[in-house]
Amino acid sequence: MAHRGILVDVTKCIGCGSCVEACQKSNQQPAHDAKGFDQQTYTFLMDRGSDTYVRRLCMHCENPSCASVCPVGALRKTAEGPVTYDPDKCMGCRYCMMACPFGVPTYEWYSAAPRVRKCQMCAHRGAAGPACAEACPTGATITGDREELLAEARRRVASDPKTYFQRVYGVTEAGGTDVLYIGPRESKALGLPRVETSGPLPDLTWNALKHIPDVVLFGGVFLGGLFWLTKRKEDVARAEHAEKGEHHV
Amino acid sequence: MFKHRFASPQLGFWTVTSVVMIAVLGAVAFLRFTKGLGAVTNLSDTFPWGLWIGFDVLCGVGLAAGGFAVTATVHILHLKEFKPILRPTVLTAFLGYILVVCGLVFDLGKPWNIWHPIIMWNPHSVMFEVGWCVMLYTSVLSLEFAPVVLERFKLDWLLRLLKPITPVLVILGVILSTLHQSSLGSLFLILPEKVHPLWYTPVLPVLFFVSALAAGIGMTVVESWFSRRAFGKPIETHLLSRLSRVSVVVLAIYFALRMRDLIARHALATLFPLNSVSAMFLAEIALGVVVPMVLLAIPRFRESPKRLAVAQGMVVLGFIFHRLNISVTAVEAATGRTYLPSVMEFLVSAGLVAVGIWIFLLACRYLPIFPEGAMAEEEQRVGQHAGAAEVKAVSPLPGAVTAFDHT
Ligand code: SF4
Ligand code: SF4
Ligand code: SF4
Repeated sequence: MAHRGILVDVTKCIGCGSCVEACQKSNQQPAHDAKGFDQQTYTFLMDRGSDTYVRRLCMHCENPSCASVCPVGALRKTAEGPVTYDPDKCMGCRYCMMACPFGVPTYEWYSAAPRVRKCQMCAHRGAAGPACAEACPTGATITGDREELLAEARRRVASDPKTYFQRVYGVTEAGGTDVLYIGPRESKALGLPRVETSGPLPDLTWNALKHIPDVVLFGGVFLGGLFWLTKRKEDVARAEHAEKGEHHV
Repeated sequence: MFKHRFASPQLGFWTVTSVVMIAVLGAVAFLRFTKGLGAVTNLSDTFPWGLWIGFDVLCGVGLAAGGFAVTATVHILHLKEFKPILRPTVLTAFLGYILVVCGLVFDLGKPWNIWHPIIMWNPHSVMFEVGWCVMLYTSVLSLEFAPVVLERFKLDWLLRLLKPITPVLVILGVILSTLHQSSLGSLFLILPEKVHPLWYTPVLPVLFFVSALAAGIGMTVVESWFSRRAFGKPIETHLLSRLSRVSVVVLAIYFALRMRDLIARHALATLFPLNSVSAMFLAEIALGVVVPMVLLAIPRFRESPKRLAVAQGMVVLGFIFHRLNISVTAVEAATGRTYLPSVMEFLVSAGLVAVGIWIFLLACRYLPIFPEGAMAEEEQRVGQHAGAAEVKAVSPLPGAVTAFDHT
């Protein structure tokens, strides 16, 4: 199904910080220096040297670990693409923060009613889409249909092997993400997290969870059976005992 | 007995310390709920789970495992000679779960939403399963424990109502515990790259279940010995010794599973070069599994209740070690992040344990938890040269009948 994605082309980024500024404005945060993910920062720029700037934001995984582990469904993968968060449902277990392979979600540690914080692909802007893509003056961040963006990324990488490292980041990572990166060097050199698992991470959990109905069914039958068997033995023993008792009397 | 001890300096010390601990707990709670988690913990965006999850939740649930093991032994396998330890074990399990729930209230960012999983479902989440297990099993445990209270207040008609559903409750309890113990291991399945390979494995749910069983039995023995000292309650050594033989088997299964898994995944190589992480692993396996397993296997060793308690204490500590290793050491090792619980985090965990011990002491004082003298003597006499059937045949003495009795 067609859904929204974001393509970050690191080679085009001039490090102006327009995306960061637009993000803070769009999410009604006070303008501030963005050095890493924190409760006020959904995106930030990393200076990787020799004029290379890499921005980070939530990857909007195709099969997001964060949404899969959330016990109350506060985090959710929407059909349109964004992984959104509903603070009214959240109970603050922070399993999403543990589970995210990209280290994205943050928490309001000093609040009495804390919320998880992360980029929601500007879901609140609806069809207008990500503010960061709108603000980017060079087209280093663009948005559109995920599959079309992926095709575009592959086209750029293939057509200019001198400029681009030959790989699109976000295709295999954790089973695929809706935010894709291409750039001059491999992802590690760009400072992007290394995620080796190439299938959906939630499958690892499901492999165990899917056995629950069987545990209940066979566990119940087995225990019930044991109960009945040993009880019978006991009944028999008691009957014999009683019989003997009568003989003696 | 209790009153006498209460006046003794030993218990006086405990009273003072524990009251101070509980007062501190209250103070930290105030800070925590007004200023946020950051004000009292060393948790951070890079290390969102700490001591309260690792100890209060993971260990609280595990130490309660004795509850389902012993209820199953008595009510499903009909090994009635284990009845004298039934009630203290169910009480411990209950307290374990109270520790878990209190720990969660401290740890959850918005504990007032703790009931949300009832109406907001996500069956793909292990945490969702954990939440349901906590709710359901705490209910089952309170029903299993209810007869003790009902007996005390002579509510016989309610007792009669509970009696026929006991087997169903017990079976439900065993299934729920199995799911719950294993699901705590499943929590970490989604973190293949965030947990060190010495601990991360797809068989985590199984390992968690088996080790909880060992810890549950260990806890039962330790606390029987403790109650014997604190209250002079007669719990027979031969029962504890038999339980400890079961421990040997459970520990052996655990050891075999763990080693087989490590070898199959070629993870043992990550022990080298030897560093603090491998030291934690070796200490956990050696002191918490191998040494107590060997000691408990020696018949002569099992003759003294004190030695039994020491060895089983090692099993319990080894279990706590494992849970903290997986939630802290293994995560630190794999992610390169660091976390050391703050003093206040320790104080909360310690305070909750103190509350638990108080409830245990008070329950032992005011509720019929232990078999009374006459009953115990009877059990002793029979226990020495008789099997299950004959124990059953001993007429239940007033005040010592358990409501679980099926005769
Ligand atoms: S990057 Fe992390 S927070 Fe974002 S969707 Fe994926 S798992 Fe969730
Ligand atoms: S902290 Fe909130 S959003 Fe994250 S998993 Fe827990 S309930 Fe869900
Ligand atoms: S999509 Fe919106 S919230 Fe996310 S980084 Fe861009 S501007 Fe910020």
